[in-house]
Amino acid sequence: MHLYAIPLIFVLIGLVLYAVLAGADFGAGFWQLLAGPGERGAPIRDYAHKAMAPVWEANHVWLIFVLTVTWTAYPSAFGAIASTLCVPLFIAGLGIVMRGATYALRAGTASVREQDRVDLVFALSSVLTPFALGTVVGAIAARQVPTGNAAGDILSSWTGATPLMIGVLAVANSAYIAAVFLAADAHRTGRHELEEELRRRALLAGLVAGAAAVAGLIVVHADAHFLYTRLLSGGALAAVIVSALAGAGTLALVAARRYELARYSAALAVAAVIAGWALAQQPLLLKGLTVQQAAAPHDTLVLVVVAVLGGGLILFPSLALLFRLVLGGRLDHGEEPHAAAPAAGPAQLLAVSSAGLLARVAGALLLTGFGTLTIAEAGWAHAIGICALLGFIVVGFFAIVPAQLAESE
Amino acid sequence: MGAAHQAYLLEARQMQALSFAVHIPLVCFGIAFPAMVLFCEWLYLRTGDELYRTLARRWTRIMAALFAVGVITGTILSFEMGLLWPNFTATFGGVFGLGFAIEGFSFFLEAIFIGIYVYGWNRLSPRAHFWSGVPIVIAGMTGSLMVIAVNAWMNHPGGFRMVHGHAVDVHPLKALFANSFLWPELSHMYIAGYMVTGFLVAGAYAIGKLRGKGRPPTRYERVALAIPLTIAALASPVQVLVGDWVGRDVAEAQPVKLAALEGLAHTTRGAPEHLLGWYENEKVKYGIEIPKLLSLLAYHDPDATVQGLDTVPKDRQPPINVVRFAFQAMVGIGTALALLGVWLLFVRVRFGRLPRSPWFYRAVALAGPGALVALIAGWVTTEVGRQPWVVYHVMLTSEAVTGAGGIVVGYTALALVYLGVACGVVWILRRLARSELREPDPPATASAA
Ligand code: HDD
Ligand code: HEM
Ligand code: HEM
Repeated sequence: MHLYAIPLIFVLIGLVLYAVLAGADFGAGFWQLLAGPGERGAPIRDYAHKAMAPVWEANHVWLIFVLTVTWTAYPSAFGAIASTLCVPLFIAGLGIVMRGATYALRAGTASVREQDRVDLVFALSSVLTPFALGTVVGAIAARQVPTGNAAGDILSSWTGATPLMIGVLAVANSAYIAAVFLAADAHRTGRHELEEELRRRALLAGLVAGAAAVAGLIVVHADAHFLYTRLLSGGALAAVIVSALAGAGTLALVAARRYELARYSAALAVAAVIAGWALAQQPLLLKGLTVQQAAAPHDTLVLVVVAVLGGGLILFPSLALLFRLVLGGRLDHGEEPHAAAPAAGPAQLLAVSSAGLLARVAGALLLTGFGTLTIAEAGWAHAIGICALLGFIVVGFFAIVPAQLAESE
Repeated sequence: MGAAHQAYLLEARQMQALSFAVHIPLVCFGIAFPAMVLFCEWLYLRTGDELYRTLARRWTRIMAALFAVGVITGTILSFEMGLLWPNFTATFGGVFGLGFAIEGFSFFLEAIFIGIYVYGWNRLSPRAHFWSGVPIVIAGMTGSLMVIAVNAWMNHPGGFRMVHGHAVDVHPLKALFANSFLWPELSHMYIAGYMVTGFLVAGAYAIGKLRGKGRPPTRYERVALAIPLTIAALASPVQVLVGDWVGRDVAEAQPVKLAALEGLAHTTRGAPEHLLGWYENEKVKYGIEIPKLLSLLAYHDPDATVQGLDTVPKDRQPPINVVRFAFQAMVGIGTALALLGVWLLFVRVRFGRLPRSPWFYRAVALAGPGALVALIAGWVTTEVGRQPWVVYHVMLTSEAVTGAGGIVVGYTALALVYLGVACGVVWILRRLARSELREPDPPATASAA
């Protein structure tokens, strides 16, 4: 493995995780749309919202990860993609804004009518966003993005049959994954009626997504023949087969109500498609630009790899914690009051006598800070100065506030 | 770059400015609010007093809503790095990108632990819940460190050489972190975050107090006012000192920007400072002149020579009145806020209580919007003051801009969507302020994220 290719692997992994995790989130919006307004659709819409609310922000960061690693490790490719495909990217951006805003707004809705409106915006943007991002992927795969600043046509580059088809596939896949994930959730929390409804949706969506994939191959055959031949040869072919098997396997698992396994096979299907795309396209990143040519200088690549591996050491345990709490039902809503008992008995905040001492320390820090930051010239003095001033804020706060609070007894 | 690119430049800059002006105030809440919420929760853990818990939980809901909006506006900014400035990113992504790549991980931590913290009230043990909030505070810190590292690099670039329009000899760590601009800028922004959040939150309660007309505030209201107000009051005087530190660095590294801030047309020994006024025909008109002050402030020497705008051609100067006005607004407001802080601290230390005058509370109510204006003005100073360069003395903004047309369409669409979002935010904040917390969380209010 060459150094220049390693960040690309990270990008692809990020893309898979985004497609699966955020895909489930987008798909939840799709089902909200189909559930319809009013009391009738409310249970599914509520359920879909609550299942995603604690995790959507974390899922969304995978996109940021993909963007930042791409512009760091393959800057020229990023510039070319973003400038030529500015229209679908911008649409996706607006979709993300509207989705996020509705997540925030739903917390304040008081009536079903208000919820209806918020959910409608949410659902529409949940369909628009994956579609737009899908066309971006499709345009890259169909070699519609030349290198350079907006060198490709900003409309026809992504409105060909292949990009549009991939956009549709992205929506269909999101809906499928979401139905599987939500059915698994309903199963876990013992909401049998919902589970049955979602299971039916998952089966239907699976069939539709499968049909769309076949239709996609036919479109690619006609519209981007080079992609078709490369997808159906060598490693790419193996990946496509794995994906098809995993997709069909997911269907069987859902039919058999083995939801937990179905989650993973659905994810595998997505991962395999993305791997197949990458294999079909290598060594090219864009038309006339190989991965090697696009790569950033050596030092940057090394540091990106180190940063991602180091970040991963913190990230994955944290993510595992989040998902364990969510899947273990620890962050669910509803009953189970458990008003936390106070840990410590009534204690003095801070002995009031220490307030005077703290105040004097704060004063000393302020004077030190002024002397070393403002009067002195040397860099090291400034370092001491800024620390002293920040210390002044913290110590001053603890000198003042507890007394203040005691006074408001 | 041809003239075609220039045609979109102004629109692109406006769009960038709009997007930042929306993101940055939200980010202040991401920096400072988690610490305030955690402090309340800590008080609850220490004393077992439910009042602190109630306060922390109400603030949590506001924090969650603002965080969500911070996330989406930040996403737009990330997109714009490519949509508006593809050449900037394509040329220098390898130099500064690492900062954003690391920042991505702090966003992850922030988002993960916000999810746990917001939805974990009532669910996790009190202690575990408190600790789940700590990573949010740390991530707010590292997140701003990384972004500011990039901005400091744009203002004071290093860690690479340019050869035929390509960056070579790239050392990202040196570029981002061995930069004398970074620490002053970071401190200034970080403290600004606490000022903006502190004064805005305190201002909301101060308005409540003023409206109450003599009704003694409840204990809850007093606590909710005291905590943010004290933080902001302590931070304000410090901000003046830090701002002066930032200014001295600007004098050293970006003398033309300094000249624009002060409206100094010609290189001058013992340069004076002008307060207010208007820059026209190479002079500040109607300003109040204070002899030698500029030399003294910038170089600690009343007779130091200060470089004037005439050292560079006209097309390498930023728009002087915009920069100068923004700078004066920031410094004026900053000084006023520092005085407000000193007022509070004086009464506190001398009489052991909060000031009683309604004028004090009127001033606090104004201080929130004031701090916000200072924040935006500060960024206008930095960013517009750097013009026409996007990377100071290396790349012109006109070389960075996209070649794709139709920015007006995008700009309009974004402005409309942000207007809608702004209305939504106002609406939700009012709802959250009014709705009572019930125990246990009713499902609708609990899903604040
Ligand atoms: C609450 C907000 C706030 C307040 C009260 C002040 N500032 Fe500020 N200022 C900022 C918020 C800010 C900022 C928005 O955070 C900036 C933009 C870039 C940065 O790092 O901080 C900034 C930038 C900035 C710059 C430009 C740095 C550059 O161009 O690179 C200077 C010279 C100062 N400040 C100086 C001051 C002085 C002397 C102040 C006191 C009277 C002051 N600021 C108060
Ligand atoms: C990492 C941090 C930042 C980056 C990478 C960045 C990047 C840029 C770029 C590329 C431009 C366009 C070129 C230019 O006009 O200089 C710009 C402009 C601008 N930015 Fe920044 N910026 C950063 C921080 C900020 C922040 C936090 C603000 C806060 C409000 C801000 C405010 C502006 C404004 C107002 C403009 C428009 C300037 C004009 O109209 O002339 N910037 N920024
Ligand atoms: C002064 C400059 C900036 C500071 C201090 C800052 C800081 C922060 C902080 C603390 C957050 C956490 C969310 C919140 O609290 O609301 C955030 C969110 C975000 N910011 Fe900024 N930011 C700045 C400018 C930028 C720029 C220039 C970009 C991109 C080019 C950017 C991209 C983002 C993104 C993508 C998010 C969302 C993260 C998520 O999904 O969790 N920010 N920013």
